[in-house]
Amino acid sequence: MNQFTTSETAWCPGCGNYAILETLTQVLNNLNRSPHEIVLVGGIGQAAKTNQYISANGFSGLHGRALPAATGIKLANQALTVIINTGDGDSYGEGGNHFIHTIRRNVDITHLVHDNQIYGLTKGQPSPTSDPCDLNHITPACNQSVPFNPLLMAIAAGATFVARGFTGEKEHLKEIIQAAILHKGYALVDILQPCISFNKVNTYAYYKNRIQFLDQSYDPHNKMLALEKSMIFGETIPIGIFYEDNPLTYCEKKPQLFDSVPIIDKHHSPQDIEKLLESFK
Amino acid sequence: MYNILLGGAAGDGIETMSSLFEKTLKQYGYHIFTMRDFMSRVRGGHNFTQLRFGQNPIFAHRDDLDGLFAIDETTYEAHRKNLKSEGFILCDQSLNINDPRCIKLPLQDIAKKIGNPKTITTVALGSLLKLFHFSLDDAIEIIINNFSGKHQELNLDALKIGYTLVNSRYLTKSKKKSTDLLISGNTAISLGALAGGLNFYSAYPMSPSTSILLYLATQSNSKKLVVEQSEDEISAINMALGASYAGAKAMVGTSGGGFSLMVEGLGFSGIAELPIVIVDIQRPGPATGLPTRTEQSDLKFVISASQGEFPRMVIALKDHADCFYQTARAFSLAEKYQIPIILLSDQYLGDATATIPCFDTIHQSTNKNINTDPPISNDLPYQRYQLTLNGISPNKIPGKTQSLVRIDSDEHDEFGQITESATLRTQMVDKRMRKLKNLKLELIEPEFFGHPNCTTLLLGFGSTNGIIKEAVTLLNKHCDTYGCLIFSDIYPLPQQQLIHYANQCQSIINVEQNATGQLAALIRESTLISCDYSILKYDGRQLSVDELLLKLNYFKERNPS
Repeated sequence: MNQFTTSETAWCPGCGNYAILETLTQVLNNLNRSPHEIVLVGGIGQAAKTNQYISANGFSGLHGRALPAATGIKLANQALTVIINTGDGDSYGEGGNHFIHTIRRNVDITHLVHDNQIYGLTKGQPSPTSDPCDLNHITPACNQSVPFNPLLMAIAAGATFVARGFTGEKEHLKEIIQAAILHKGYALVDILQPCISFNKVNTYAYYKNRIQFLDQSYDPHNKMLALEKSMIFGETIPIGIFYEDNPLTYCEKKPQLFDSVPIIDKHHSPQDIEKLLESFK
Repeated sequence: MYNILLGGAAGDGIETMSSLFEKTLKQYGYHIFTMRDFMSRVRGGHNFTQLRFGQNPIFAHRDDLDGLFAIDETTYEAHRKNLKSEGFILCDQSLNINDPRCIKLPLQDIAKKIGNPKTITTVALGSLLKLFHFSLDDAIEIIINNFSGKHQELNLDALKIGYTLVNSRYLTKSKKKSTDLLISGNTAISLGALAGGLNFYSAYPMSPSTSILLYLATQSNSKKLVVEQSEDEISAINMALGASYAGAKAMVGTSGGGFSLMVEGLGFSGIAELPIVIVDIQRPGPATGLPTRTEQSDLKFVISASQGEFPRMVIALKDHADCFYQTARAFSLAEKYQIPIILLSDQYLGDATATIPCFDTIHQSTNKNINTDPPISNDLPYQRYQLTLNGISPNKIPGKTQSLVRIDSDEHDEFGQITESATLRTQMVDKRMRKLKNLKLELIEPEFFGHPNCTTLLLGFGSTNGIIKEAVTLLNKHCDTYGCLIFSDIYPLPQQQLIHYANQCQSIINVEQNATGQLAALIRESTLISCDYSILKYDGRQLSVDELLLKLNYFKERNPS
């Protein structure tokens, strides 16, 4: 039975977000988990609205702050599966600092970045991942600054699962989202998702012509190789799982604190501090 | 009652010496109040602690000193004017101090001979204890409990030799073990949070709030709470709000600068109705201000911080007991009303240690006011933001119920879905604001202190509590009729006592550690009561009882009744 269902959205017809909504819903339905065990977290932006449209628990937080909120949710109750849907502006711009440090913590959460290389909700400004400006062609939303490379940054910062998908390749996307959710630790999936209203450069055709699947021979456990691969973005755009490792997660590093009983279910009584008070007597 | 100042440069060991002296005093059942004044540097400069001890409870510092331990000439120069004529100065013989009150001792030579020049403060502690006629055995026990290995040996030698250097000058009472706690304001907040059922604390280190983070981190495993040092204060509050959503009792701690970064999160707590306790240990601002010093200038900021309107509560912690009980209470109020509660303290109270009666843990509660029942029926799904008469909607924990729990920083409908409906917007604002009606009934009025028929009313909030009360006691001894109200619950402002005594008194004076009279402004805004005079201090140092008395006498002379 499909327990996870979707509802009407506020997205533009043809938006790449629909493929993510559909794919994620399929993955959730295959996960053997009930809607009440899943928390979908978002920041602000078109992508961040995803949690409004799937029948699961939903946390629509502040712009750029989805990652710390997701961290708090997971640490308070490890039994929940926590998945973040939010955009490139939210994840890499407004929330850039949290992006770095969430990776370092390696809390078991899944971060799906709907990367359309543009600001959609505010109607067309450049995002950190927009293409660099070309002096010969005036494009409205290009990067005067060096474009941000999320995969390279994530691997360098110590991310334990780093992947890129494309909404034009739904079956492939489904596989990597599923792998990301099943991965123990922080998982980043940067999803190329054309913004049909405001990004006239990075279109479906643009990506279609450039994507290149990481093939069977690619070893995602080789960090140097992953760093090298993650630097390729232009004439060819590799998609797939770039890097994967299984070091201890944040919670696994603190077994005294994170055992089978979630933090919120630990019994507390005010009298527990009596012993502490003795040390001040 | 005695008042002793220990001073030197950062890194000289003044803090350790003070702490050992305090612990010895405590063995004798003394009441203690220690003020800490230090610079924002790790080495050098001038730091001091001022220990006041006596037979009765003490809630404030005084200026007049009975004794001074000076590690350097700077300490002597800075504080000699406050030393009583019969007071003493304990210092090394090498110091260039020419004062008949000086007791010059070969502290440095002894420390060197023992094998570690740093033990100079322990040598001095030995002499100080002898001056006050404390037994050496008690101090030995304290050294043994606080040092181990080679350090213990060295410090014991230092203490014993120091003890032989002087004769006793003061008579102290005999040993009496007290069950009081010797505790700092910030540690009392930490314990209050634990008593209130804290599950999750996130913070970025910031003076003068860092000691809360440090203390709670030591309790993380044993008390089963998550303590996370976040990358910034924005992360701290958003993490805590995530944890709160998932059912944790969550707190964040910071000072004004960090609070500034948390402001959007504060509003998020307001609109999403996520309970949270936010601690602001104030220091002088704006921006970096004076990092290790004290001020009460965040009051109007925390009351009005964030765009938009939503109910919140602000509590100004007034003493060490208040730090404990109000923090524990904050958790239950935050959960009950699903609102942010801001606890205001400051460096003075946060770092000061005092002896206070042991906390009552029996009457505290860690109960959660959260409804974990299954959904009412499939036809009527759970509404996180159900419109209710008292404004409080049923708060369920995601994962603990079959119901789906949606929260939103956008304006939302009863299910937590984004809405732009004009009707719903108005209904939701009204629902949230309705919570204030019952919250106001729970406010604790400021306790009146002073002459029941007082003609002059002093008003203060938070950490000036002990100072104002001691001044009132002293003034009333001389046939004056002073009274005071010190607010702890301060926003929404409790008004009954205020209106009563304002009607009775001829003059009202607000006493505040800020430049603009923020309490007076809040009172005027809420009640139309105007203060006649303001006593304001904003130099980063806490007003002393003596300074307050001087200023009050000045008003009195100008306005004889």
